Amino acid sequence: MNRPVNRLGLLALQILVGLIGLAIWHVLTVYPILGAPKQIQFFFSTPVEVLKRTWMEMTNPEIWGHLWITLQETVLAFVFGAAGGIAFGFLFARNALLAAVFDPYIKAANALPRVVLAPIFALWFGLGIWSKVALGFTLVFFIVFFNVYQGVREVSPVVLNNARMLGMNERGLLRHVYWPSALTWMFSSLHTAVGFALVGAVVGEYLGSSAGLGYKIHEAESVFDVTGVFAGMLILTVFVVVIDTVVTLIENRLLVWRPQAGGQG
Amino acid sequence: MRLVGGTALGHGDAVRLEDVSIAFTLKGGKRYVAVEGIDLGVMPGEFVAIVGPTGSGKSTLLNAAAGLLKPASGRVTVFSSALSGLNARAGYLFQADALMPWKTALDNVAVALEPQSVKRAEALARARDWLGKVGLATFVDRYPHMLSGGQRKRVALAQMLIRDPEILLMDEPFGPLDAQTRQIMGNLLLDLWAANRKAVMFVTHDLEEAIALSDRVVVLSAGPAARIVGEFKVDLARPRDISEIRLEPQFHALYKEIWSCLRVEVSRAYASGPA
Repeated sequence: MNRPVNRLGLLALQILVGLIGLAIWHVLTVYPILGAPKQIQFFFSTPVEVLKRTWMEMTNPEIWGHLWITLQETVLAFVFGAAGGIAFGFLFARNALLAAVFDPYIKAANALPRVVLAPIFALWFGLGIWSKVALGFTLVFFIVFFNVYQGVREVSPVVLNNARMLGMNERGLLRHVYWPSALTWMFSSLHTAVGFALVGAVVGEYLGSSAGLGYKIHEAESVFDVTGVFAGMLILTVFVVVIDTVVTLIENRLLVWRPQAGGQG
Repeated sequence: MRLVGGTALGHGDAVRLEDVSIAFTLKGGKRYVAVEGIDLGVMPGEFVAIVGPTGSGKSTLLNAAAGLLKPASGRVTVFSSALSGLNARAGYLFQADALMPWKTALDNVAVALEPQSVKRAEALARARDWLGKVGLATFVDRYPHMLSGGQRKRVALAQMLIRDPEILLMDEPFGPLDAQTRQIMGNLLLDLWAANRKAVMFVTHDLEEAIALSDRVVVLSAGPAARIVGEFKVDLARPRDISEIRLEPQFHALYKEIWSCLRVEVSRAYASGPA
C-alpha cells in the first residue's frame, strides 16, 4: 500500500463507495435501463423502499421481540458451545489416549455440514429456541474445541518448565499456565465463534420457527416481498455489527496483556 | 590456576553429578549421547561457570541438575540425597523468555510464592520488594511484552530469587541481551548473590563472563559425548565489577590459560559440523 490517507479522508472515501453503490442500485431500478422499472423492482426493490421499510420495521415494537429471540439463541448457543468446547478441549489435550481414540469421530462430526441437522433438531427440540440453540452449539463447539485443544497443546515448553521449577503442581499449572493459554486461543476465535452462533440461530429460524430474524426474512421471502427480505437483511447486518463491536470490547478488556499488532514487540 | 584431577568431590556439595551420562533418542531411533562421565559438584555458596563450545551439552547438564532430564546413567544428588523428580531446592533461570505473558511483572513474581502457600497480600508485598531490588519498582504493572529484554530478565531473576532457593541454575541467562545490558545484569546478579550466597551453576559460552562472575570455571569438550576437560579456580578478589575486572592483568592470565584449553574444543566443534 502506498501513502495511507488520513482518517477523515478515508471515512469520506468509505461513505462515497456506499453512496455510489446505492446510487447505481437506485438508477438501475427506478429508470427503464434494464427493463420496465416495475418488473425490475419486483426482483431488486429500490434503496429508498428498503430504507423506508427498514425504518418502519425498526419503529414497530414487533421487531424487537424477534431480535430478542435471535439474541437469546445466539448467546445461549455461544455459551453452551464455548463451555463444551473448553471442557472437551482441555480433557483431550491433557489425555492423549482419549484424543487418539476419539480423533476419527471428532473429525467426522466436524466434517458434517451442520445445516442438515436442523430438521432433526426441530424434531427433537421443537420449533422453539432450543432447536436453534442446538444448531448453533454444533457450530460453536468445534471451533472452540479445536482452538482450546491447540492452545493447551502448544503452551510454550519454556514457560511450562519455568512454572514447574517454581514448584507449581498440576493444579497450579492448570490455573496459571494452561487455562490462560487456552483462553487466548479461544478469544482469538471469539469473533468466528459468535458469528457461527448467530448463523446457527438465523438458519434454524429460517428453516422452521415462528419468531426471530430468520423467520422474518423467510416470511417475507415466501410472499416474494423482496423489499421485506432486504430490510430484514439490513437489520440483521446492523445486529451483527453491534454484537461484533461488543465482542471486540470484551476481547480488548480480557486480552490486555497481549501485544498490539504492529506495536512494540 | 588449573585444578589437577578435577574437583575433590566433597560430601557437603549442594548439587553433585556423579559419573552422569545423558542420551537422547533421535528421530529414526538413533541414540545421541550428549554428555558422558560427568563428575561435578557445586558447594553451597560457590559460583561455578560451565563453558564449552556450542552443542557440548551445557544446558543438558543444568537440566539434569534441575531434574528436568533424567540421566541415562550416573546419579544426581542434592545435599547428599538422590534427586528424584524435579529439584525443589533449585531455581532455574532460562535463556528464553519464560515469564507468563498473561501476568504483569508483579503477578509473575508473586505467583512464585503460591506453591509455598504464602498469603496473596504478603506475596504481592514481597514481590514488590523484589522488583525494587532488581530496579523495576516503577514497572510492576507492566506485562512482559511491554518490557525490554533486560527488564524481562530482571523480572525472571526476581521470580527465581523470591523463593530463596538454595541452588541457582542459570542457562545462558544473559545470552540474548546486548553487551552493555549483559554487564549491568552481571553486576546485579553478583550484588544479589553476594547478599545471600547460594550454590550457582551458570552456563555460558562467553568465557569473559564466566571468569568475571565465577569462583570456578569448568570447560566441557565438544559434543557428542562431551566430558569435562578442564577446571580452573578463579581467585579474583570480590566484590568484583564486571566491566572493570576485565582490565586486570590477573584476569588476562586466567583468560589465556582457560582459552588455551577451550580453543581446542571450539575448533573441534567447528571442524565436526556446521556451527
